[in-house]
Amino acid sequence: MLDQLEATRGELMKLVDSAADLSALESVRVTALGKKGRVTQLMQGLKDIAPDARREAGQALNRLKDEVEAALAKRKESLGEAALDARLKTETVDLTLPARPGSLGRLHPISQTIEELVQIFGAMGFSVAEGPDIDDDFHNFGALNFGEDHPARQMHDTFYLPPKPDGMPMVLRTHTSTVQIRTMMKVKPPIRIIVPGRTFRSDSDATHSPMFHQVEGLVIDETTHMGHLKGCLIDFCRAFFQLDDLPVRFRPSYFPFTEPSVEVDIGCSRKGGELKLGAGGDWLEILGCGMVHPNVLRNCGVDPERYQGFAFGMGIDRIAMLKYGIPDLRPFFDADLRWLRHYGFVPLDPPSLAGGLSR
Amino acid sequence: MKFTLSWLKRHLATEASLKEIGEALTSLGLEVDGIEDRAKGLEPFTVGYVIQAEQHPNADRLRVCIVDTGKEQVQVVCGAPNARTGMKGVFAAAGTVIPRTGALLKAGNIRGQASNGMLCSAYEMGLSDDHEGIIDLPADAPVGMPFAKVMGLDDPVIEVAITPNRADCLGIRGIARDLAAFGLGTMKPFDVTPVQGSFESPIQWKIAPGTEKGCPQVAGRLIRGIRNGQSPRWMQDWLTAVGLRPISALVDVTNFTTHDYARPLHVFDADKLACDLTMRWAKQGESLEALNGKTYTLEPSMVVIADDKAAHGIGGVMGGEHSSVTEGTTSVFIESALFTPGMVAATGRKLNLQSDARYRFERGLDPTSPIWGLEVATRIILDICGGEASELTVAGSEPSWRRSLSYRFARSRTLGGIEIAPKEQEAILRRLGFETKGGGEKIEVSPPGWRGDIEGEADIVEEVVRVNGLDKVHAVSMLGSGAMAQPSVSPAQRRPILAKRTLAARGLMEAVTFSFMPSALTELFGGVPAELKLVNPIASDLDAMRPSIIPNLLMAAKRNLDRGLGDPALFEVAPQYKDASPTGQTLAATAIRVGRAVPRNWQSPARDVDAFDAKADALAVLEALGAPIENLQVSTDAPSWYHPGQSASLRLGPNVMAWFGAVHPKVLAALDLKGPAVAMEVFVERVPLPRSKGTGRPKLELSPFQPVERDFAFVVDAAVAAETLVRAARGADKALIADARIFDRYVGDKVGPGKASLALSVTLQPKEATLTDEAIEQVSAKIVAAVQKATGATLRT
Repeated sequence: MLDQLEATRGELMKLVDSAADLSALESVRVTALGKKGRVTQLMQGLKDIAPDARREAGQALNRLKDEVEAALAKRKESLGEAALDARLKTETVDLTLPARPGSLGRLHPISQTIEELVQIFGAMGFSVAEGPDIDDDFHNFGALNFGEDHPARQMHDTFYLPPKPDGMPMVLRTHTSTVQIRTMMKVKPPIRIIVPGRTFRSDSDATHSPMFHQVEGLVIDETTHMGHLKGCLIDFCRAFFQLDDLPVRFRPSYFPFTEPSVEVDIGCSRKGGELKLGAGGDWLEILGCGMVHPNVLRNCGVDPERYQGFAFGMGIDRIAMLKYGIPDLRPFFDADLRWLRHYGFVPLDPPSLAGGLSR
Repeated sequence: MKFTLSWLKRHLATEASLKEIGEALTSLGLEVDGIEDRAKGLEPFTVGYVIQAEQHPNADRLRVCIVDTGKEQVQVVCGAPNARTGMKGVFAAAGTVIPRTGALLKAGNIRGQASNGMLCSAYEMGLSDDHEGIIDLPADAPVGMPFAKVMGLDDPVIEVAITPNRADCLGIRGIARDLAAFGLGTMKPFDVTPVQGSFESPIQWKIAPGTEKGCPQVAGRLIRGIRNGQSPRWMQDWLTAVGLRPISALVDVTNFTTHDYARPLHVFDADKLACDLTMRWAKQGESLEALNGKTYTLEPSMVVIADDKAAHGIGGVMGGEHSSVTEGTTSVFIESALFTPGMVAATGRKLNLQSDARYRFERGLDPTSPIWGLEVATRIILDICGGEASELTVAGSEPSWRRSLSYRFARSRTLGGIEIAPKEQEAILRRLGFETKGGGEKIEVSPPGWRGDIEGEADIVEEVVRVNGLDKVHAVSMLGSGAMAQPSVSPAQRRPILAKRTLAARGLMEAVTFSFMPSALTELFGGVPAELKLVNPIASDLDAMRPSIIPNLLMAAKRNLDRGLGDPALFEVAPQYKDASPTGQTLAATAIRVGRAVPRNWQSPARDVDAFDAKADALAVLEALGAPIENLQVSTDAPSWYHPGQSASLRLGPNVMAWFGAVHPKVLAALDLKGPAVAMEVFVERVPLPRSKGTGRPKLELSPFQPVERDFAFVVDAAVAAETLVRAARGADKALIADARIFDRYVGDKVGPGKASLALSVTLQPKEATLTDEAIEQVSAKIVAAVQKATGATLRT
């Protein structure tokens, strides 16, 4: 019995090892362990063995059965792996082929720059105010202390629309200072606003466009003075251009709606015809500002004996050009797909003080 | 405003360097635009005397010259036809760099004759484009003297930008006064002693009644027996340096006083005037040939200077040609008037006529200047042209201008942000010509006549702070109102950027296009009222405010296609306009897609854009803005610029929040744009803002039971809107049906003509117990019944 058992083991193991695929292995399993299988038959033969030897033989047979099952399982696994390997080989694809079409768009530099402005001035307690692009002469000029025949009025290259029925000239706002007026006539001080928006002047060349963007700032309370004006704008310039030591120069100037009036230059170098911001011996004008003219306060019903403050205005397109090295203004409004992809910003990465202001 | 350093020094005694003066000017608010040192590069050139010029023995066109340079005699071979014995020319020694070419001049030998220098032409000096011969200097030019000095070129030209409030600095004396106040020197005295007239002026001034509003005062006098030759060299040099062409002594004097004192004058040839002169309003249609040779038709809003025959000048703007002075003038009548800024500005604008006089009058003159201006001019004319002056003739009166303004010294600190000692503040004001009275904390300040811009305390603060130095004001940082920054934008203001980020994330590029568009195209987009058409457009295709952003985006798409850039997908979130009122401007989030939605690729067929791409864009924006997109209705009433069968509105009841669809072929044809093109516009402000109800969200109820999905296929009339069917299905059992959506649509033989098969997937979400087959059957039957009732559909078998 034991001899026969050894021989059976040898034959079955050989069969298991030589099974070439899973179906061959299944026939081996039937041959060994099926109802009429070799091991099964040996099991059935146990009843003919003497009871004293039966126990030993039974144990040996169970061992054989276990060994065969283990061999079958092992062989099945290795054949399965080989089969999977073979299948995977047939499923190989060329992953250097392109992905499915689709791409991320870009935000215009103006949108990005306005976000940056909001972040910086927001930290200084400013909130955003808005007003219409089409406004009347009162909001654009009259209330801002532009005299009827003041030469400054002509300097603005104003676009006109047909006048209102009452004769009031209508204009495309030449600056977002109109919202100074609208805000002061509506809100009691203290006021701290910035006004980003579209502005219009009848002028067109490499640095002028009939439409451009401006941000106006206005602070009105009882104590704000020129020291605050300087601090606010120095802090802004350095944060915006990301240059901690950027020189900022204040020059007396003139605007009808501020008194005193100031123009602000930032340091730069023009060596070799290339403009680089920072300490470099040259200056670049970037904005106009000043203390709000008492007449403007009065025109808005704000008592100039009690309230004072400053206003500033600067070109958003212009500071974006300076910060991001965009050489020409005209393509801003041309929507050339190449320009937008090159100078635009990925949409899911908003600038913030905590996360950084430049991309 | 240009002036030279020596001209400045006519008024300012100073030892300051050019650099210091430049920095002081900018710091004072007289921004330096440029300083041109015209002598730069001309240092090596000196006056040379040609002792002898002889024909070159070996060249017909050359001369051999012996030049006395003041130090030595040098032989020079010269090719200029005008080189001759006894002339004075500009000599450059060997080793000099020639300004025009930058070439180094070498000693050499030209056809056998030594040449150790050069006699220069104006061309080689870089002074003119005139190649004709060498410079021929006046006979009295001192030999050996630097050429630049002889020509008056050693006097640097400074150009400053004068802001419109500083009319006084349109005269060099005003600029000098600011510099003196700054501490850069002292003012030289100004002689306004009246010149004694020896006879009564035969021409008298009159101001016609009512004309004082345009000309409050005019003074004049006649000077007879003059000779109107050339003005002196110094005056010509200065005028040339600031860009004026010397004409004759009398004309040059008027230009000189204009630039020196900001005091424009006019001179008439007295013999060409018929009688007394009158300031009067022009007659309608009256015309005048001005000094520039052009004839202007005048209007009654303009003041003219006239005798009883004709007008001889346009008040404050330009004199007339007929009565102008000439070389032969022997008797001159001087006009020194005060015209009101408004009248002059309006006149100049209407006539489109600019002049140095207008520029100054419209900014405002010193009201005391008619008299002193006349005296100053008389003195110079008598000096240069000789003659005999009459007594003054004056009409009108000096307008009242003296005013007293209260000034609190503390304002330099509380408004200007800098503490300045009262004594110093007062000293600054006095140096600027202001009179001060009183003491203590507050003084009375009277601005001088030339500072018409000073109206109140803030102006005085500016004077004090600017002269003291703006750089001395300490910067104070602005802090927010609390430790943590407050939001700077409201929920409504956050929406535009939200819409932008959403669309860009969907692959569209953000365009910023003009708020204008061609009015011819507006008709295709609903048209614009007349009040939105620009009176003075910069170009004919930028003449109307856009009623929609779509046309501008489509034009941008066309530009890209014309450049060979395919499949443009652009968006813009910006204003559009329906009228000129503040509420006529609305904010639209708009997008277009042109060409293919899916480009050619190796995996799937390319696909053209269609209305559903636009619908997806619109819904994405609406979802980002918080619109209840599941509840939005689709109605086929989009405006005329959309394809009538492939466009719709998205609305909540009467509130239309968006339009989308294929662009109308008519529009594409008008724009010459090759389609297909689709567009969408979301009206940002019409999307309701979420009601503020704290930061908490409603509790989330999650059912522990598995949802069940059941599919149905309905055959309906092809005209039935899918949405009707979906709504009916959803409404069949609101408690159980969590979702219902169309996943297929079929038209064709299998359902017959005029019919469509819609495949609907319904999700059932039980909340109490697992659904039994029986329950599923029941709800299925309800769905079928509801759909049949709403649409007449039959279940497809």
